[in-house]
Amino acid sequence: MADIRKLVRLLNELDEELVCCTRCGMCQAACPLYGETGRETDVARGKLVLVENLSKEILDNPEAVKERLDRCLLCGSCEAACPSGVKILDIFLKARAIITGYLGLSPVKKAIFRGFLSNPDRFDRLLRWMARIQGPFSKQIDETLGSSCARFMSPVIGDRHYLPLAKTAWHKHAHRRFKRPNHSGPKVAFYPGCLIDKVLPRVGDAAMRVFDYHQVDVFVADQVPCCGIPALAAGDRQTFEQLVRKNIQIFESVDYDYLITPCATCTSTIKKLWPLMTENFPAALREKVLAISEKTRDINEFLVDVVNIQPIGDQPISEKRVTYHDPCHLKKSLGIFSQPRAVLSALPDREFVEMREADRCCGMGGSFNLQHYDISRKIGQKKSSRIIESGADVVATGCPACMMQITDLLSHAGCGIAVKHPVELYAEALDKMGETEAAAHTPASEAKAK
Amino acid sequence: MPNKHLIKEFEKQIGRQNVMAEEADRQAYAYDSAVLDAVVPALVIRPTTTEELGQTVRLCHRHGLPLTVRGSGTNLSGGTIPSSTESVVIVTNALAEIIEINAQDMYGVVQPGVITANFAAAAAEKGLFYPPDPGSQTVSTIGGNVAENAGGLRGLKYGVTKDYVMGIEFFDAAGELVKSGSRTVKCATGFNLTDLMVGSEGLLGVYSQITLKLIPPPKAQQAMMAVFDSVEKASETVSAIIASQIIPCTLEFLDNFTIRTVEDFRQAGLPVDAEALLLIEVDGHPAEVEDDAAQIKELCTRQGATKIQMAQSAAEKDLIWQARRDALPALARLKPTTVLEDATVPRSKIPEMVKRINEIGKKYHITIGTFGHAGDGNLHPTILTDKRNHEEFSRVEQAIDEIFETALSLGGTLSGEHGIGLAKSKYLENETSRGTILYSRRLKKALDPKNILNPGKMIGEG
Repeated sequence: MADIRKLVRLLNELDEELVCCTRCGMCQAACPLYGETGRETDVARGKLVLVENLSKEILDNPEAVKERLDRCLLCGSCEAACPSGVKILDIFLKARAIITGYLGLSPVKKAIFRGFLSNPDRFDRLLRWMARIQGPFSKQIDETLGSSCARFMSPVIGDRHYLPLAKTAWHKHAHRRFKRPNHSGPKVAFYPGCLIDKVLPRVGDAAMRVFDYHQVDVFVADQVPCCGIPALAAGDRQTFEQLVRKNIQIFESVDYDYLITPCATCTSTIKKLWPLMTENFPAALREKVLAISEKTRDINEFLVDVVNIQPIGDQPISEKRVTYHDPCHLKKSLGIFSQPRAVLSALPDREFVEMREADRCCGMGGSFNLQHYDISRKIGQKKSSRIIESGADVVATGCPACMMQITDLLSHAGCGIAVKHPVELYAEALDKMGETEAAAHTPASEAKAK
Repeated sequence: MPNKHLIKEFEKQIGRQNVMAEEADRQAYAYDSAVLDAVVPALVIRPTTTEELGQTVRLCHRHGLPLTVRGSGTNLSGGTIPSSTESVVIVTNALAEIIEINAQDMYGVVQPGVITANFAAAAAEKGLFYPPDPGSQTVSTIGGNVAENAGGLRGLKYGVTKDYVMGIEFFDAAGELVKSGSRTVKCATGFNLTDLMVGSEGLLGVYSQITLKLIPPPKAQQAMMAVFDSVEKASETVSAIIASQIIPCTLEFLDNFTIRTVEDFRQAGLPVDAEALLLIEVDGHPAEVEDDAAQIKELCTRQGATKIQMAQSAAEKDLIWQARRDALPALARLKPTTVLEDATVPRSKIPEMVKRINEIGKKYHITIGTFGHAGDGNLHPTILTDKRNHEEFSRVEQAIDEIFETALSLGGTLSGEHGIGLAKSKYLENETSRGTILYSRRLKKALDPKNILNPGKMIGEG
């Protein structure tokens, strides 16, 4: 019984935050999950009540609270709309960690997080092996999107249309070290994140082309430990902390101005959740966490606010249109929404069009998609119909997880719309602008020679 | 823990997925937006069709189970808090179909769980206007609005929910379907049950379908902000505008404390030295709007406004209304608990009421920000506190008592738009009479002999 008392004591520490919820219910309008189910336990207000009641021993069932807390996309729409400014995501993540600490991780999650995710080498090897054997089990389904589906019935994949794993992880052939000692421009450490590293290496390549064009000096580490969000979302604080430490080790010896990521989720995790969830770190390490978090920027934000990119060439009127989906982790968590649009507006051969409800969550929510695929897909179908009605032939978004979800949705819809990262489209435009001009600025040949 | 046989019976009739019996689910339906204690219901039912709704009511009747109907649970007077731990909560948000919007005859027919803002948007798509706009309209349901007779910012010119309800179909306490009202502009058929059902707070029937009047939208608008160095001047201006027979669509008041809080929150450049702000909008035919706006501007100047800012563009108009929209969120962030009241006085008594609210705040050493619908006398004294501080909260409760006493002594009413529910039931006799309470209880008893429809609310236990 000592344990349940400890659980209650830890949850009680959230009281200062919990008490700020005035039960006004305005989170209902913003929550994509509640929009599908209409259940009070699916919306922030209901979950906050359950956590509060558990901490006050009004309710004595941590399993039931955990189950309901886990039904959440962690998109932060509620927090962005909350009139009282309740730090809903902070409470959810901390409560998940506390309750999971008490109940223990499920064996499957334990195997994945502690066995693989926390060990980047082993994780890479596993995925390399999976990439090799995926061929016979999947078949390509949409050429524009590059999506595949399972060739045989599979309980894990279902009828998802997914992006296949890259044959080798992107960082294995990226090999970048700072090479301009007297360089006056920005020096960036590039952090691709797991999904770009292992599923969407083309985005990493595009980022490098753009950096080279703008003479940004780049460093890419030999190893890409995960930012920790999957573990944190599952309440596995131990793995999360291990991953933060591993990342710190890698970047502490590098002298960079900015840590740039093309992944909305990684950016938001490093900027907001690392400081939030490492308060118990020793002071010296905590300082390092804060330093890295302070320097972290989304790639769109960096290109617009720091590099100050300009429209490419004249802007001819074009039939081609691009629209943009706001990843929750960029807009709602970090307030970044104008910069990706500025990147897309710089494209010479595409007109930028807004879709309706551009910031409505696509329904991915990381592992939520794995556990609740049906609801995830229903939420996503609203997104895909907004994309289709925008009339765009490309939808851009700054989050690889959203890219995967939208790829699945559009592939099922079979509408011929491509899904790209803004930086990919920008890199393509630079390429088209002329090899000669680009080559004049590109130190890529140097990079390869070394 | 509810009886297993009973759960089985509900599951059989309503479908397993729509019956919530687990404690964690029931706890999520134990509260609403009022600052009152939660009551965990025995069972939560979420019917998905009108038939299931009727079936639920009939089952409750057969077993003598008290029931509380709940839309989005944004009620501010405790009307959707379950009546007891033995009661059933019926959630209507799965009954959210807009059945018809008739542009030719200008009405709409909806199920009770339709979100107010969704209905207004659907009407707008057909070129029509549904004016009631409660602050919670993005989440509140039409059923809840009708049950509480919800108001909003446009009450002054356009009236409140009751002015738009043409007909209601509902289940009585025994689950019998009752039809009242019509789709016609005029209707003199039978008892006026429609009006009886509006504002009945779930005590007389369970709505299954509501017919709402729609009107043509105004062709033009003009918004403005007038700055005052005294509350008296601002509130006298309100009276002067009404007395000059101009009816703005919206006429809102913010006191100095609210202005400063909003400015801290948004930094939109509000005049923090101002003692009061009036946010005014006129609408209608373009020529009329121009005329009215000019007259109001002149009136404000004559009444001593130190500055009048006319919105020159949609963006400027939005800026003015943002200040009003920010009032509650900005105040709500100052302290953990926000008690939003809606004591209402005749318009001419606004200066006196604002003064008295400030005195009450001082007397009980509590923070009160006042803003609200000055044009219709409906103020929202907003008390900022921390319910965990029992000593302070008891002072808050005394202050609330005194605010309502004051409103009544000025010829006002207990509620402009939030309803009576649990929170204000104890004051009801003061506004009305013993006879009123007894009459209401006899009416309730005749219509609901087993006393299962939201018992204990508004008129207390009879």
